[in-house]
Amino acid sequence: MSAPNELLNVQVDGVWHQFQKGTRVIEACAQAGKFVPHYCYHPKLSSPGNCRMCLIEMGMPRLGPERKPEIGADGKPVVNWIPRPQISCAQDIAEGMGIRTDSPMVRECREGVMEFLLINHPLDCPICDQAGECHLQEYSVEFGTSGSRFLEEKVKKPKRVEIGPRVTLDDERCILCSRCIRFMKEVAHDDVLGFVSRGSHTYLTAHPGKLLDSNYSLNTVDICPVGALTSSDFRFKMRVWFLKETKSICTNCGTGCNTIIGSRQNEIYRQTPRENDAVNSDWMCDYGRLKFHYVNSPERLKTPQIREGHELVDTTWNSALLKAGEELKRFQKDEIAVVASARMTNEELWLTKKLIDSVGTSQHDVVPRTGEADQILMSADRNPNTLGAQLIGLTGEKPGSGLKEIAEKIRSGAIKAVVALGENLTKLGLGADELKKLAALIVVDILPNETTRSATVLLPSSAFSEKRGSMINIKGRLQRLNRATQPPGTARDDWEIIRDLIQQLTGSNGIYLIEDVFKQIADSIPDLNALSLSRISDKGVQLVEENEEASATV
Amino acid sequence: MASTTRTAHPRERRIIFKNIDRPGWTNDIDCYLQDGGYEELKKAFTLTPPQIVNEVKVSGLRGRGGAGFPCGVKWGFIKPGGSKPVYLICNADESEPGTFKDRYIIHQDPHQLLEGMIISCYAVNARLAYIYIRGEFPEGAIILERALAEARQHGFLGKNILGSGFDLEIYVFRGAGAYICGEETGLIESMEGKRPYPRIKPPYFPAVLGLYLCPTIVNNVETLCNIKYIVRIGGAEYAKIGKPNNTGTRVLCVSGDVQRPGYFEFDVGGITMGELIYDICGGLKPGRSLKAVIPGGSSAKVMSAKDRYKIKTKQSDGTMVENEIGLEDVPIDFDTLAAVGSMAGSGGVIVMDDTREMVWALNNINEFYAHESCGQCTPCREGSLWMKKITERMLHGGGVEQDTDTLKSVADNIAGRTICAFGEACAWPTQSFLAKFREEFVATADRKANGNGSTSTNH
Repeated sequence: MSAPNELLNVQVDGVWHQFQKGTRVIEACAQAGKFVPHYCYHPKLSSPGNCRMCLIEMGMPRLGPERKPEIGADGKPVVNWIPRPQISCAQDIAEGMGIRTDSPMVRECREGVMEFLLINHPLDCPICDQAGECHLQEYSVEFGTSGSRFLEEKVKKPKRVEIGPRVTLDDERCILCSRCIRFMKEVAHDDVLGFVSRGSHTYLTAHPGKLLDSNYSLNTVDICPVGALTSSDFRFKMRVWFLKETKSICTNCGTGCNTIIGSRQNEIYRQTPRENDAVNSDWMCDYGRLKFHYVNSPERLKTPQIREGHELVDTTWNSALLKAGEELKRFQKDEIAVVASARMTNEELWLTKKLIDSVGTSQHDVVPRTGEADQILMSADRNPNTLGAQLIGLTGEKPGSGLKEIAEKIRSGAIKAVVALGENLTKLGLGADELKKLAALIVVDILPNETTRSATVLLPSSAFSEKRGSMINIKGRLQRLNRATQPPGTARDDWEIIRDLIQQLTGSNGIYLIEDVFKQIADSIPDLNALSLSRISDKGVQLVEENEEASATV
Repeated sequence: MASTTRTAHPRERRIIFKNIDRPGWTNDIDCYLQDGGYEELKKAFTLTPPQIVNEVKVSGLRGRGGAGFPCGVKWGFIKPGGSKPVYLICNADESEPGTFKDRYIIHQDPHQLLEGMIISCYAVNARLAYIYIRGEFPEGAIILERALAEARQHGFLGKNILGSGFDLEIYVFRGAGAYICGEETGLIESMEGKRPYPRIKPPYFPAVLGLYLCPTIVNNVETLCNIKYIVRIGGAEYAKIGKPNNTGTRVLCVSGDVQRPGYFEFDVGGITMGELIYDICGGLKPGRSLKAVIPGGSSAKVMSAKDRYKIKTKQSDGTMVENEIGLEDVPIDFDTLAAVGSMAGSGGVIVMDDTREMVWALNNINEFYAHESCGQCTPCREGSLWMKKITERMLHGGGVEQDTDTLKSVADNIAGRTICAFGEACAWPTQSFLAKFREEFVATADRKANGNGSTSTNH
């Protein structure tokens, strides 16, 4: 066997390069700065070689009489070019291989394939959701011709097929690359898609009696290179070129899939997965992807409120914070509890810990959320930042183990004041009447619920897409949320709210930027020492050795 | 079918077709055994597998399915001592238009095929073999099942065959009716229960990654029958039949505009196209003249009666002499047909006389390939139907000036750019018809519509 790091000499468009053994030809070309257009090839899926868009010229070293490569004047092997074009997506490089990505033959092949792909395509770009991010459009401009020689009637195929609850299919747009079929089989392990009929009449469908209803179905929309598979949620909502793209992470489980939030005019239109091989490969689950509509909800809490009798009335931030501070000062430390959330960022949790320390209470915890891990991406821990909450000291080995005692003490009246951060206290088994009995209930949240309605001080905050901050996923990877949209009304960033609460108790602490908060964390937690919030790259930083038992297994 | 018995032409050498239409011949094992059947199997067991492989190499036998790949070389790709099982598949998916030879072997002489297969399995150490028979041959499948049962009863299949220590089972696998299942990797996919999408090569060469990703040999029916005779007379003796590099006999299936179409077996290269048409098949219909011949199944490039070919022949003293010959003087063998720009293919000779309209003929072929394209890869999927739509439109009077150029460039954009040889199979007819009969296509394109000038119809 050869050494794992063996480098092979390969000529790409006349220039010799060295690539790692085992590199696909198409990837080697990319590494050499030569993009080879392709449709069916996807680096995370098997290679069927069916679209023929990646045809290139290929050659192997010419062998002399002793079956040894002939060496040319440049000291490199003389390439014996194969007369037929070869696909670059299914073959690994070999020593002395020659590749031409831009020869007349290659250009002719691409032009031919582009023409073939378009003759039966409906060319309905004006009403196609894929327009603007469509490989047919892109490669047509770059490798196709401007006119059409096709005088015949196009093949008719099924349109507007609800192939699953979240995906709509237009078979006339489909170029039969089979990416979706392979994804469902190889990644989602739910082999429901296939082709039926033959030749140019071939079309994509779900197997009889089946639906594309996997929790990973929307990834097929992402990898569909054309507008055949579209998201029923996003369909016809927005032209993609208007979307502002913000790199973020999904906060719906401990995996922390890397995402791109697509927004326009302060409204989120879609979330798509962002490649990160250490976390989610190229994928994310439908559940996490679609869980953003609440951010756009008209119900969002927009104005701080304080209780006056039975009513919550709007007020200013200053008076709301002042009241919150006064309420907390009224009670002994044992009479106060803080219920935080493992959905909060590290920065928010850090300040929460400061708040707890200022109050002096030892009664604090986060609310755990668990489900079944799906052996693909979804983690059993449905909170995104349990590790952060543990590291910062908001909770212990078993998150939520302190909640029962807190609930009992609320019921018994031993606890008289509660700070609830992004969690509905009914999850602790408390009823609205019991919450109303609290002398002080300071709630920081974004949407109304039993707890916000029972608050004495209600402080509207920001959703995951409206804030910067960091979280640590289940595998110990520090990742960063970035702000895609602004919170509604006068709602504020959570960390600022908590900082101001602390200030009510202890006076100014000199923190004006979230970077300062992170610096405090980094200074006191060794794992984070060398880091700053800005220095967490788009793909995160691995803090601790990967936990083998972590549930994400893509 | 069996009622239309006919005697062999005196110029034929019937080895593979010896028993086809033979008076008194039946396709049961008793008849076969009375005629000396399974004697070659007994002889084969006295040889070692490498010896048989070597005999096949020496024989020069080339595949009779279409590509003409040397059989011994193919077998040689199976490396002995591998950890995976080896499979042998008999390709009985005979579907190339113009070809009707394998069905006669299956219907009338199934034990010849089985004997050839058992010997071949022994040679490549396959313990499990399949006969992949096209779905349109239901009777053939029944006959094969019966023949297999008979062979089992007689101990030619099963455990420790004839005390040799060699075990083998053969099963019939019926296709569901697709031309592409004759492509060996498409056939394998089909057997694995999938759509018969041909595999990309590399890496999926059947001898390395075949059925269930195990080493697999896929041979045509006629090819496997030849193995029996190679064992009987030895590779060297077999190689004396026919011509160098074109050894043995070949069953030719003649159809089209001849007086006496049918199947004939000759030494490879032992007969010219003219002799086949005029001497064997009774010539053309009265008053007609020869226009074109497709020599090796519908995908082979058409040859025009007007063509002149320069071919080199080796003299007895070893020197090469170049002769110019016409279509009728072309000997029917692998190398000569390749040298004149077509191929021996599957042995289906389609004869066309001067009444045949070439646009019609090409459209007929295009229709077939558009219908049979599996649709896996882009150029063939889209191009085959496009070509058909153009020729159909031309036929219906909707031709336009650029049609001939478009047709040619569509075909050029398919050939050589697809996953399997279907790309060539569907492009070669268009390329060759246009090369040989361009003026007819130009004239048809110019001919204005008689009636409404309708253009295309849905395929």
